[in-house]
Order: sequence, then C-alpha cells, then structure tokens
Amino acid sequence: MTDAALTPAQSAKARARAESEARLKRRYRAEARFRFYGRAAIILALAFLVLLLGRIGLQGYSTFTDYRVSLPVQVNADRVDMADLGGSNFNLTVAESALALLGETDDPYGEASAEMMAILSGDMGFQILDRLREDPSLVGQTITVQGPMKANASLYYKGQISRDTEVGGRLLSDRQLDWLDELRERGVVSGGFNWTFLSRSDSTEPEQAGVWGAVVGSAMMLFVTAMLAAPIGVLAATYLEEFAPKNRWTDIIEVNINNLAAVPSIIYGLLGLAVFINWLAVPRSSPLLGGLVLALMSLPTIIIATRSALRAVPPSIREAALAVGASRTQTVFHHVLPLAMPGMMTGVILSLAHALGETAPLLMIGMVSFVPGVPETLTSAATVLPVQIFIWENASERAFHERTAAAIIVLLVFMVLMNLVAVLVRRRFERRW
Amino acid sequence: MTPMSNPRSSFKMTAQRDDALASAGTSRAAVGKVSATDVSVFYGDKQALFDVSLDMPDRMVTALIGPSGCGKSTFLRCINRMNDTIPGARVDGKIILDGEDINDRKVDPVLLRARVGMVFQKPNPFPKSIFENVAYGPRIHGFADNKTELADIVESSLKRAGLWKEVADRLQAPGTSLSGGQQQRLVIARAIAVSPEVILMDEPCSALDPIATAKIEELIDDLRSQYCIVIVTHSMAQAARVSQRTAFFHMGAVVEAGATDEIFTNPRDTRTQDYITGRFG
Ligand SMILES: Nc1ncnc2c1ncn2[C@@H]1O[C@H](COP(=O)(O)OP(=O)(O)O)[C@@H](O)[C@H]1O
Ligand SMILES: [Mg+2]
Repeated sequence: MTDAALTPAQSAKARARAESEARLKRRYRAEARFRFYGRAAIILALAFLVLLLGRIGLQGYSTFTDYRVSLPVQVNADRVDMADLGGSNFNLTVAESALALLGETDDPYGEASAEMMAILSGDMGFQILDRLREDPSLVGQTITVQGPMKANASLYYKGQISRDTEVGGRLLSDRQLDWLDELRERGVVSGGFNWTFLSRSDSTEPEQAGVWGAVVGSAMMLFVTAMLAAPIGVLAATYLEEFAPKNRWTDIIEVNINNLAAVPSIIYGLLGLAVFINWLAVPRSSPLLGGLVLALMSLPTIIIATRSALRAVPPSIREAALAVGASRTQTVFHHVLPLAMPGMMTGVILSLAHALGETAPLLMIGMVSFVPGVPETLTSAATVLPVQIFIWENASERAFHERTAAAIIVLLVFMVLMNLVAVLVRRRFERRW
Repeated sequence: MTPMSNPRSSFKMTAQRDDALASAGTSRAAVGKVSATDVSVFYGDKQALFDVSLDMPDRMVTALIGPSGCGKSTFLRCINRMNDTIPGARVDGKIILDGEDINDRKVDPVLLRARVGMVFQKPNPFPKSIFENVAYGPRIHGFADNKTELADIVESSLKRAGLWKEVADRLQAPGTSLSGGQQQRLVIARAIAVSPEVILMDEPCSALDPIATAKIEELIDDLRSQYCIVIVTHSMAQAARVSQRTAFFHMGAVVEAGATDEIFTNPRDTRTQDYITGRFG
C-alpha cells in the first residue's frame, strides 16, 4: 500500500501511531540506559569492596596461624642463680637445649646459640622463670616448655620466606633454615590457631603481640562514649524537637549542631587536647580521655539521628495522647519516644560504630604510645584498635605488617557486628501505625 | 482577597440572629453546656475565626457544617484547648464550660482535656494493644485503684462504644489491627474511658465506608443521652441525621445557628441555603 492510497485521516493516524511507537522506543532505551548505569555503579562499588577486603584478607589471614615448638629443656644448676632468678639467661638455656636436640653443641663464641635464640621466642625463657619461681626444685631437671617460634621463623613455615629469598630480605641464615627444617621433621613444631594474637597485648616481639589489649581499650572507650553521648544526645534532641519553642535561638542551635556534625574529627582531638588534658587534667592515653573526645564527636550525629526519628512519629499520635489528657511530658515519654526508639537506637549504634573506627582525634590527644598491657581502669594507659593498626603499620618488622592486616580484620568484624545489631534492633522494635 | 479579610460585622449580626442566643453575658452559660462568646483565633498574623459565638447544649449533638477551611476544626480545637499546642496560635474570647472560663489561668489544659474528649478525622489508635488504648487515659488520671477496676473501665467503655462484642476475645491484639470503623470506635471508647462531659468529633466518618459510618452515627445517637457532643461534618445528611442543633460556618464566622430542623427546612441566610442545597462548598 502506498501513501497515495491513504485518505488524509488514515495517514494522520498512521503518523500518530509511528510517533507514539518512536516515543515508546525512546522511553525503553532511556530506561535500559538508566538500568545499565545503575548496575555499572553497583558493580564498580562492589569491585572496590572486594579488592579492599580481598587484599586485607590475603595479607592478614596468615596471622591467625602460628607455629609453636615444644622442647625438653635441661635446667642446669650452673646456669641458675637462685638469688637472682630474673638475671639468669634462660633463653640461652632454651637455645642450648634446642641445639642438643638437634645433636649440636654451641661454639666457643656462642654464635650457634645466638642464632638459635633468634628463631625461638623469648616467651619460653619467661615460662621457665615463672615455673622456677613457683617450684625451685625443678633446677637440675628436664622440663618441657612450649612456646611460639619467632615471627620470622613462622613466616618461613608459612612459606612467605623461602630459601630463594635473598639473605638480607629473609633475615634468616641458611643454617637457621636447616634447623627449622630439622625441627619440623622431628615433629616438635606444630602449627595451629594463633591464640596469642587474640589474647595478648602489644609487644615489641611480633610473635608475642596481640590485639586483646586494644580490644579491651576500644571497648572501654566506647563504653565511655556511649554512656555520655547516648543519653545526652537523646535528651537534647528530645528537648529540642518536642519541648523547645521554635524561635531564632533554637534555629541558631539547630544550624550549629548541623555544622558540628560536619567538623573534621581531628578538630575534636584539638579540643580534647585543650580542654580535657590541659584544663581538666584527664590522664593522657586513657580510655576515659578517648571516650570523652569521641563522645563530643558523636553528639551532633546522635542528636540529628534522634531528631529525625522523632520527626518520623506521626503527629496524630501526639494529638491522640494530648486529647485524652496526657501532659506534654507524658505524651513524649509514653508514646513518642517508644515509637522513635528503633530509629534512635540505629542512629546511636551507627555513630558508635563510626567512633570505634576513629583514629585522627586519638592521635591528636597522644593516644599513640606503646602499651604492652591490658588496661585495668578507665584512667590507665590504653591503646585502641585503630591506633594499634596505625602503630603496627609503622613498625619496621615484616611480621607486624601481617598483624596490621589481621587487626584490621578484627576491627571490621566488630564494625560488622555493630551494624548487624543496628539492623536487628530496627527489625525487632519496628512497629507500624 | 483572602476569605479572612471579609468585613466581619455582618457575620456577627447574622450569627446573633439565633434567638436563644440573643442575650449576652453570663446568662448565656445557662443555655449551653459549652458556650462560646466572641471567639477569635489567630495563626500567627492570620485570623482564622472571627468573633464566633455559639452555645452547645448538654445531652444534644451540635453539628458544625460549612465549606472546607471555614474554621470548624479551629473552633473545635478551642473547646479542649488543643490550639495551645500549635505554635503561634492565639485564642481570644470566652469559652464557658459549666460556668467556668476554660481559658482561665486556673484551668489546667491537661485536666480540661480529660473533661473534653476529642475524636479525630483519621482514626489514631496508639500502636499498642486494644486494652492499652482504652486503659491509658484512666491510668494516667488515676481513675482506677487496681487492675480489676481498670479492666472494668475498659470493658464498660468498649461496651458503650459498641465495640466490646467484636474485640472481647482479643483485647491484647494491637489496636491498629482493627478495621477503620472499629479503630474509630476504639478511639471513641478511649475518649469515653476518662469520663468526659463533652465529646468533640472532627469529621469522624470521613475516612469510613457507609456501613462503618452508619455504626458510628448510631453510636453518636446513643451517646447523646449522656454527653454534650459537638461534631464537625461535611455531610448534610449526617448533620440532619445525628444532630439536634446545627451551626453553619463560613469564612471563619458563624452565619447561622439553631435547631437542626429549622436550619435545614427554613434557613434564614441565603448562604446557608446555598450551602445546604449544594450550590457551593
Ligand atoms: N495549624 C495551623 N496553622 C496555620 N493555619 C491554620 C492551621 N490550622 C488551620 N489553619 C487555617 O485556618 C483556617 C481554618 O482551618 P480549619 O479550622 O482547619 O478549617 P475546617 O476544619 O473548617 O476545614 C484555614 O484557612 C486554615 O488554613
Ligand atoms: Mg477540618
């Protein structure tokens, strides 16, 4: 059929249909395009996430295994000075026993024992010291001690250092590698889960370093932050949202809270330095100090989250309560706050999770010292997870880098747990109206 | 030109044509359980009510009718001082409840709201159990000394609201799980539970289907024997069915008020006539 055969009305109709089809096609194309952009963005984000987590995982997973050696140690009486147990060199005793096990003897210059000491952790020496203190009759006997290999030796067992690595890079001599092989062949070395890493605190020796002290420090600091920021933030937000008159002053306060939420965290560190350390003399490097600074930092976020949770409660609920003769306070505490609870809790938990990972303000208040123990009180010196990561990252020994990644994994696990709690809280308390 | 900027003197004149209200002052209080005199309401700079005077007698239903935005809800909210909770709202004039000025300094708005219950357009039960919804008011006002007394109040309130049979076996179910009509009756039960003297209803049926509406209307008719009821409605038929007195609001003023029969059969003002015959509004 040709155009000529169509009446004007028919051709107009056909044109209209063609136009509408073209419009439809354009719409489909636009939708397809948008879907493609959206998916591409998500895939890109996921790719970066996988890359990040993958790298950290690959670098850190090996920390969670370590190699321990169990040795029969001959505690020779001539090496023990009962008057000064601490002054006795038990590491040498351990090294000599290990050499004896391999059928070797020390040379006059003590080079063999020194090299042996460099692959066995000093932890075993301390174990002997402790046991002798408890039971002096062990002198002259053979006791079995079990302890970790030095971090470099473990790296060799894990395959991260091999004979092909140049000697300068592996920090182990050929003789030490031979010994390591032989020890493993004799079955005195066993690999297992690295409990040391989870149960000990920072140490100068990587094989004895752990995150427990930092975990406890972080928990204490977060406790201080939560105890301060959550109630103050929730009450302030409730007052501002439900009770305060709406005037210029409350507008100014609102704007300033929003601004504070955008202030870089390091500024809070400066503030903490000036106010808490110089003025209030809060002990440096303590969980209390860190908690105070992070509480200041979290307050604006908590206030903002709480206010939006309160605003999401429908006004009809307030009217209903007021209309049966509830006072303003009763209305808020009996009806509005319970309904806003899931939103408020989520806001609080998320901002605490944020505080858990905060490093900059803590560095500012000097929370960056080497703390070998687990903090006992809120005012004792402590380190926290992100700062521990920072410290280890700057350490020179190779085994610490492995531990940096592992500490990041521990931190991420805590973050994920907190986010999970936030989701569960929201699910659990969510109500419809 | 906004509706509010009309010359208000003419409205005042027409409003006062209601014969029963001709005399002014305290003697008016004798006429109604609730008696409003020259009530004006301002939202900020904007005036929403212009010198409204109206009597709402006890044991009767007073219907407030009029086009949207003419100030019916605003007037209703004056009677339980809910306007107090709106920032920037100001109420002038006198509202007498049982001979007492409710805007007096000595009157506590919270206690007043226990005496003057309110039912809203959209059913707004608390997101709590049916029992809790009704028990909340009596509990905060200390009406019950123990659990049995509280349960009795809940039961009798639900019975009076005509809801007991439907919910007796699921008092612990959430109030929000009920149907719209049931929710509205639950809300009425909640208002009744604090033994109010006046019940204000702001378009209580406009979100309901005809069957639920019929039930509420029946309920209002039952409740009339015990309370002073003021109801805002958009439906002329509803006003005619449930009310004994009617006030026609227009642009923030009462144009005409009187016995419902009178207003509907023999309106004196042409605007009233136009409105009830559906010519505007
Ligand atoms: N909270 C408020 N703030 C400002 N203006 C209001 C408020 N409530 C009502 N108004 C105004 O007052 C007038 C009367 O409103 P309303 O009493 O709700 O009318 P109706 O219930 O008769 O439809 C309207 O012009 C409305 O815009
Ligand atoms: Mg209204």
